[in-house]
Amino acid sequence: MPFIPHTTDDTAAMLGAIGARTIDELFDEIPPALRVVGLPGVPVGLSEAAVTRLMRERAARNRATLCFLGAGAYEHHIPAAVWEIATRGEFYSAYTPYQAEASQGTLQLIYEYQSMLAGLTGLEVSNASLYDGATAFAEACLMAVRGARQARARRIAVPRYMNPVWLKVARTLVAGQNIELVELTATAGRTDLEALADLGDQDFAAICIPYPNFLGGFEPIDELTNWAHARGMLVIAACNPTALALLRPPGEWGEKGADIACGEGQPLGIPLSSGGPYFGFLTCRKALVRQMPGRLVGGTLDVDGRPGFTLTLQAREQHIRRSKATSNICTNQGLMVTAATIYLSLLGSEGLRRVAAQCHANTLELVRALASVGGITAPSAPFFHEAVLTLPWPVAPVLQQLAAAGILGGYDLSADFPELGSALLVCATELRTTEDIAVYRRALAGVLGVAVAA
Amino acid sequence: MREPLIFDQGRPGRRAPSQAPAVAAGTDDLPAALIRRTPPPLPEVSELQVVRHFTRLSQLNFSIDTHFYPLGSCTMKYNPRAANKLAMLPGFLDRHPLEPEAHAQGFLECLFDLQEMLKAATGMTGVSLTPMAGAQGEFSGVAMIRAYHQARGDTARDQIIVPDAAHGTNPATATMCGCDVVEIPTGPDGDVDLAALRQVVGPRTAGMMLTNPSTLGVFERQIAEIAEAVHGAGGLLYYDGANLNAILGRALPAAMGFDVVHINLHKTFSTPHGGGGPGAGIVAVNDRLEPFLPIPIVGRRDGAAGHAYRWLAEAERPQSIGRLSGFMGNAGVLLRAYVYMRLLGAEGMRRVSGYATLNANYLMKRLAAAGFTPAFSQRRASHEFIISLKDVTRDTGVSALDFAKALLDKGFHAPTTYFPMLVPECLLIEPTESEARQELDAFAQALIEIRDLAFKDAAEVKSAPRTLPVRRLDDVRAAKQLDLTWQSRADSPAVSPR
Amino acid sequence: MNNVPQQLQYTAEHEWVRREDDGTVVIGITDHAQQQLGELVYVELPEVGRALKAGDAMAVVESTKAASDVYAPLAGAVRAVNPALTAEPELVNTDPYGAGWLVRLQASDSQLTGLLDASAYTTLLDAAD
Repeated sequence: MPFIPHTTDDTAAMLGAIGARTIDELFDEIPPALRVVGLPGVPVGLSEAAVTRLMRERAARNRATLCFLGAGAYEHHIPAAVWEIATRGEFYSAYTPYQAEASQGTLQLIYEYQSMLAGLTGLEVSNASLYDGATAFAEACLMAVRGARQARARRIAVPRYMNPVWLKVARTLVAGQNIELVELTATAGRTDLEALADLGDQDFAAICIPYPNFLGGFEPIDELTNWAHARGMLVIAACNPTALALLRPPGEWGEKGADIACGEGQPLGIPLSSGGPYFGFLTCRKALVRQMPGRLVGGTLDVDGRPGFTLTLQAREQHIRRSKATSNICTNQGLMVTAATIYLSLLGSEGLRRVAAQCHANTLELVRALASVGGITAPSAPFFHEAVLTLPWPVAPVLQQLAAAGILGGYDLSADFPELGSALLVCATELRTTEDIAVYRRALAGVLGVAVAA
Repeated sequence: MREPLIFDQGRPGRRAPSQAPAVAAGTDDLPAALIRRTPPPLPEVSELQVVRHFTRLSQLNFSIDTHFYPLGSCTMKYNPRAANKLAMLPGFLDRHPLEPEAHAQGFLECLFDLQEMLKAATGMTGVSLTPMAGAQGEFSGVAMIRAYHQARGDTARDQIIVPDAAHGTNPATATMCGCDVVEIPTGPDGDVDLAALRQVVGPRTAGMMLTNPSTLGVFERQIAEIAEAVHGAGGLLYYDGANLNAILGRALPAAMGFDVVHINLHKTFSTPHGGGGPGAGIVAVNDRLEPFLPIPIVGRRDGAAGHAYRWLAEAERPQSIGRLSGFMGNAGVLLRAYVYMRLLGAEGMRRVSGYATLNANYLMKRLAAAGFTPAFSQRRASHEFIISLKDVTRDTGVSALDFAKALLDKGFHAPTTYFPMLVPECLLIEPTESEARQELDAFAQALIEIRDLAFKDAAEVKSAPRTLPVRRLDDVRAAKQLDLTWQSRADSPAVSPR
Repeated sequence: MNNVPQQLQYTAEHEWVRREDDGTVVIGITDHAQQQLGELVYVELPEVGRALKAGDAMAVVESTKAASDVYAPLAGAVRAVNPALTAEPELVNTDPYGAGWLVRLQASDSQLTGLLDASAYTTLLDAAD
C-alpha cells in the first residue's frame, strides 16, 4: 500500500488490541447516512513510474521561452547549492519550530534571515516571512493602521504606479476592516508632489512608497517620506530586494527614514515556478515590533547559559491572542526563507550588488536596442531593472506574435494604466545576454514591420 | 554542538565569485542620491562555508525524514520525494507566472484536474486553489460568507460562532473579516454543546466555523443538528479542513451540511511543512458560494481539437471576493499535492483515513492500558487523541511540557501540548498512517518510561532535554531582552572596513 | 495559596480596585491572575487622559504563553499609569497589590458599585478550583 507500512499481521494485531474487527468499524461514530464508500471523480492510483511519465509529459507541454517579462517576478540565476540544501529532509520535512530545542537549525536560520532582511532594508526588525509580496503589502497596511499615531485613521495613501495586483490583493484583505487605499495623482510616471495638497486634512495612517515603482522608475522618496512624517503618518516602503543591494535603503529615506518595509522575496533565490511559492518580507522599526504579524525568532540563553534561539513575542499571534491577534497567519513560507538565506549568504553584499548592477545595465542595453527600432520611445527618467517603452501600435497583438516566436516580450500596461498609451514594461535581468537582446530586437522589428540593421 | 552564526564565519573580501557577475557593471546613469552609501551587512563567506553551515544547521533539526513526529492537528505524514521531484521539473519551475496560457497547458491541466479531485473529496461544486495556507483559506471562506449575505441584502450578519476548542486561526480570521467572535462551549463527551449553540444563533449569525473531527480528536456526532441550527438561523457553515485526513474517502463535508471548506494540502495531501511553510489552503464551496470564490480559477474549454485550459477572467467572476496572491497562490505546492493524489488514487485516499485512524486508536488503547488517561476514553479516536497528564502532574509535579522535552531526549518529536486548552496538561497525539506499529510501540514505551521516572526522580525529567544542541531556553529573556537580529560589532571580522 | 487582601475590592475578571483619599481609584490584577499568566514580559497601558467606560479594555498584560486584556472595572478618566512597568513588567508578579499597580482612574461616579469584597472574591476563586 503506498505510504502505509502495515503488514496484514500488524493490522490484525492492532485491531485486536482495539477490539474492532475491521478498519471500517473504527468509523462507527460517523452517522451511517453520512458515510461514503468511494470517491467517484478521483482516478485510480498510479505507480511512481506512471506519475513520473504523466508529469514529464505535462511539463514538456509548458513551452520554454526567452524571458523579458518581470512585473513582480524575476528570472535570476539561482546557485545550485541553494535548493540542493533547502530540500534536505531536515529542513524540508520539519514543522514550525515550536519545540525550540529540536529546531535550532530552522530557528538559527530564521534569525540569520531576519538579520539579512533588516540589514537590506535598513530597519531594525524583520519577521520570519509572509506569503508573498502582495500579502506582505496588505499586512503592512494593517500594521500601519494599528500602529498609527492618529488612532482613528483608516486610510493608506498609495501612489498611482503601485503594483496593480498588489493593490487588488490588499483591497481584498483589508476590506473587512473598513480600511481604504487612496490612490495619489501622478505625473510623468511618479507621484505628483504638488497634488498632495489636494488631500487637505484627511486622516491617513500611512503612505506606501513602491521602490522602484511598477514602471521601474523612482518615486520622490525623500519628499514623500518627509511629507508623511510631518502629517503624523507612517511610511511603508514596498521594495525590490535585489535593488536594495545597490540603492539607498528605506531606513535612510528622508529625515527620519521609512517605518516599515515590505516586498516580494522571490528574486532572492526562488524559482519563477509558475507563480509560487514565493515569500513576502516585512521589516520595521523596533518601536513597531508588537504590531508585527507573523513569527519572530529571538536569541536567548538556555538553563546552562548557552546561547540558542526560540520563537518570541508569540502573544501577538493567533494561537495565543486568538481574535485579538495581529494577523490570522500561521503557516508562512519557511522553506522559501531557507532558500533565500542560503542565496544571500552565497552572494554576499558585493555579489548581490553586482547582480543588481548587471540587471540595470542589461535593461539599459535592452531599452537602447529596442528604442533603435523605428517608432519606439524610451523612458526619459531613471529606472532600475524594468522600464516602459511606448509602441506605435497596441501592445497586446505585438506580445502575442513575440510569444509565438518564443519570446516573452514584457507586460502590457495599457489595461491597468490607459493614460500611458501603448506602453510595454520590459525587463532584462543579469541572465539576459547581448545575443538575447539582439534576438528580441530583430523579432520586434519583424513584428512591427520595420527593417533593422543586424 | 553549536554552529556559529554565518556572519561570524566571514572574512573581509571573501566571496563565492562564480555565483555573481564577474564584472561589476557601471551604474553611473542612476542619480547619486539614490545609491546606497554603506553595503548591507551580508556574510562574506565562501561557497563551501555556506554549504557546510547550512548542512550543519539542518542537522540540528528534528524532521519527518529523521524522527517520529506525532504532532496533533498537524498531520506530519511522510512527504513522498516523487512529489517534490516532479513539481520541480523545469517545465513547471522555470515558467514565468504571466506566461501566455498557450504556453502553460500542461501546468493548467494539472491544476484543473486537482480542482476536480478536490471537489470529489469534499462533495462540493466549486474550488479555488489560490489560498496560500489554511489561514488564507479561512479568510476566503469567511469573506465569501459575508459576501453571500451582503449580496442578498442581509447586511446585519456580523457574528462568527466558533467552539471553544477551535484553532486560534478561526477567531483571528473572523476578526480580520470584520466579524465578532462568539465562542460556544464543548460538552463533556467532546461534542459541541448544542443547547448553547441554539441560544447564540440568530439574525446576527453570519456563520459557524467547525473542525470535524474536532480538535479534541473525536467526530462531531451531532453535525446534522448543528447544520440545522446554523442554517435555520440564516447562517452558513464553515468546515476547517485541518482534520480532513481522518475522514478522507469516508464522509464528505458537503453531505454533513457544510457550505464551504478549506483543506490544508500540507496536512492531508502531504506537501512538506518546510520548517513552517509553504502550505496551501484551497477552498471548496457549494452552489450558494460558488460565485464568490477567490480568483484565479482554472477553466476548461472543450473543443474538437481536445481540451484547452485557461484562467477564468475577472470579468467572468464579477462577484468574486477578489485576489489573494500576486499570481497563483503557492503553485508548486499545488503540484506536489497533485502528484501525491495521483499516487494514492481513490482507494489510496480511503486507506489514508483508515490507517491513520487505526494508528490513533491503537496507540490510545495501548496508552490507556498502561494507565494513561485519554480525555475521551469512551469515544473512538479520530486520527488523533488527547492524553491528559493532570494526575501525573498533581502527584509528581512533572507537566505535559516536561513530558514533551523528555520525549525529545528519547528521539521522538513531542506531540502538541496545551492545545486544546480545555483539557489540562494535555498531549494531542497524531501518529498518521505513515508510521508502523513498531514505531507506535516504541513511542508508547517511551511515555511509560518517562512517567515511571517522574515518580522516581521528577527533577530528572524536569531537566530534559539534555541530548540536544541546547537545553531549555529562557523564553522570558527572549521576550524582554529582544535580540532579533545580528548586530555587526566594530571588531567583528565579518565587516569590511570601507 | 492566593493572597486576597481584605481592604481591596475585586472583579470577577481578577482585577482589584483601591479607593484613594484623593477620590481616585487604583487598579491592578490579582495575585491569582498573575499566577495564571506566569512571568509578565510586557504591559500595555492606556494613554493618560483617556476616558473609559466600565468594561472597556484598558490594558494588556502579556507573558510568554498568554496575553490578557484588563478591563476598566468602572468608568472614568485615566489619571496616571504605572511608569515602572515599562522596564519591569515583572513587578506585577512580585508585588501585584503594590508596586505592580496598573492604572489610576478618576472615577466618573463617586460610588463604586458592582464590585466584590475580599470574601466574595475568595469564594469565586474557590468555586473555580
